[in-house]
Amino acid sequence: MVYGPHTPDDRSRMLAALGIGSVDELFDVIPVSVRARPMALPAGMTELDLMARLRTLAGHNRVDLASFLGAGVYRHHLPPVVDQILLRGEFYTAYTPYQPEISQGTLQTIYEYQSLLAELTGLDVVSASHYDGATATAEAALMTCRATRRARVLVSRGVHPQARQTLQTYFAGANLAFDVVPLVADGPAAGTTDLGALRRLLDDPARPVAGVMAAQPNVLGLLEPMDEVGRLAHAAGALFVAAVEPISLAVLAPPAAYGADIAAGEGQPLGIPPQYGGPYLGILACRDSLVRQIPGRLIGMTSDADGRRAYVMTMRAREQDIRREKAASNICTNQALCALAAAVYVASLGPGGLRDVAATGAARATELEAALADAGAPRMHPGPYLNEFAVRVPDAIAVHRRLLHRGILAGVPLAELEPGDPSLADGLLVCATESTTAEEIELFAWALRDELGSVPGAVTPGVVAAAIGKGRR
Amino acid sequence: MIPSDLHYTKEHEWVRVEGDVATVGITQHAADQLGDIVFVELPEPGKRLEQFATFGVVESVKAVSDLFAPVAGEVLEGNPGLATTPEVVNSDPYGAGWMLRVRLSDPAQVGQLLDAAAYEALTAEG
Repeated sequence: MVYGPHTPDDRSRMLAALGIGSVDELFDVIPVSVRARPMALPAGMTELDLMARLRTLAGHNRVDLASFLGAGVYRHHLPPVVDQILLRGEFYTAYTPYQPEISQGTLQTIYEYQSLLAELTGLDVVSASHYDGATATAEAALMTCRATRRARVLVSRGVHPQARQTLQTYFAGANLAFDVVPLVADGPAAGTTDLGALRRLLDDPARPVAGVMAAQPNVLGLLEPMDEVGRLAHAAGALFVAAVEPISLAVLAPPAAYGADIAAGEGQPLGIPPQYGGPYLGILACRDSLVRQIPGRLIGMTSDADGRRAYVMTMRAREQDIRREKAASNICTNQALCALAAAVYVASLGPGGLRDVAATGAARATELEAALADAGAPRMHPGPYLNEFAVRVPDAIAVHRRLLHRGILAGVPLAELEPGDPSLADGLLVCATESTTAEEIELFAWALRDELGSVPGAVTPGVVAAAIGKGRR
Repeated sequence: MIPSDLHYTKEHEWVRVEGDVATVGITQHAADQLGDIVFVELPEPGKRLEQFATFGVVESVKAVSDLFAPVAGEVLEGNPGLATTPEVVNSDPYGAGWMLRVRLSDPAQVGQLLDAAAYEALTAEG
């Protein structure tokens, strides 16, 4: 039985209309290395053999590492209530239904997610969520182009490189362009957005700028002069987009306070464990004046015919099922289950708890900075940071690999994150959160000192020996 | 019902020509079909419109529809009242619900539009 609706004749007529010779030609823009290939599936296995095979594969995961990995994804303590609520069958759909108002509970959870994120960002409108931080950030850039009817965006190099790559993909087919604003090379502001360069890039009457995008903290962990970036953007008639890390909003100024029109970010730190390939959560928020530009679902609160509180999917007419090719976005969905995790996480911690998480991470990072500097790896940049920073380590990639053999995941070599920037080649980007222990910090510093041979490790501290023992358990 | 002094597009816009200035809106029939109108997006003054090209969108509770320029020209102003009270497009589409004033670049284009009788026939076809 053939399920495909198109006959060979249909296909050849469509191909002729498009002026191409084969269906494969439609996918020419996709690099061959990432295209789907026929799957080479082995023969079937018994359940017993299969379980053994999966157990072996799962055994390759390293869960014993002392991890200082961040760079956009962060480990945090997850209150068990988060997973417990996610396990409820009623919530086990990642999609909002197409007759949404029948599912009042689902809509209420999304409304509460939107309300909590509105409080954190200080902005008026929060979408029901997006795939991940990178796609939410790219959508924010598209919003600025629609709202201003301009076709050029400026993106700070301090915005995560993966978000910039996603922007490149989204802009490629849309006749839109973006320029990257460099970071300051040296001096007290080293590693933050170069305001002089931003001023020059904005000063081009032939190519007016729709939006300026900067990250707080930036990809190097540094705090950016967001007030000033926003002021320059607005003076040029551009909108200002803040790429944010949500936990930091408990202690840093919210985007609305420094004039951001749109905030976007990765929601993973809010109740979602680090996991290779996701699923993660795209946060997107904006001022009320941009409500018709924000893509994706919006849940609103109203009252029903009997005056009872009720939730509705609102402003639907802008969406792809109604507006087709003119929708605010045709490349978005929502991550209802991940948004639920974020809502439960934020609600269960409360404002005080969230501040404690952010402040404790910052305090641990200060301890980490001192310990690594003492071990011979000083910070690369002098400016303030929150809980993530870069240290200078000669031959960083090799040292990183050797530390991994010793049970330490020493963050990310900047040469891998930003391969195009030789000034960062000796850098390791490391982070600490509230879940980082004093023992892990001591173990990292001890092993690094040993690797760098800076000071002979005469005595293995007792606490380090214990940590190593624990790590090898 | 359908004002006899206006000209119409098949997409349900009307235009009133006074000298070289045209006033543009949507018809009662269009407003009724759309239902409660909640938002109208209009071009900035100075924008040049092509005849029959889209110039904005009108959003009701159930649909978002493109608006098509009946004539080519330069936008002089959009109706400032629609930002706060878009519902006047439903209640008074030929009066307070007007959308744009345009300086005509080619007054002869009006000849390509429908008169009231032809527009009435179009809407009667359903």
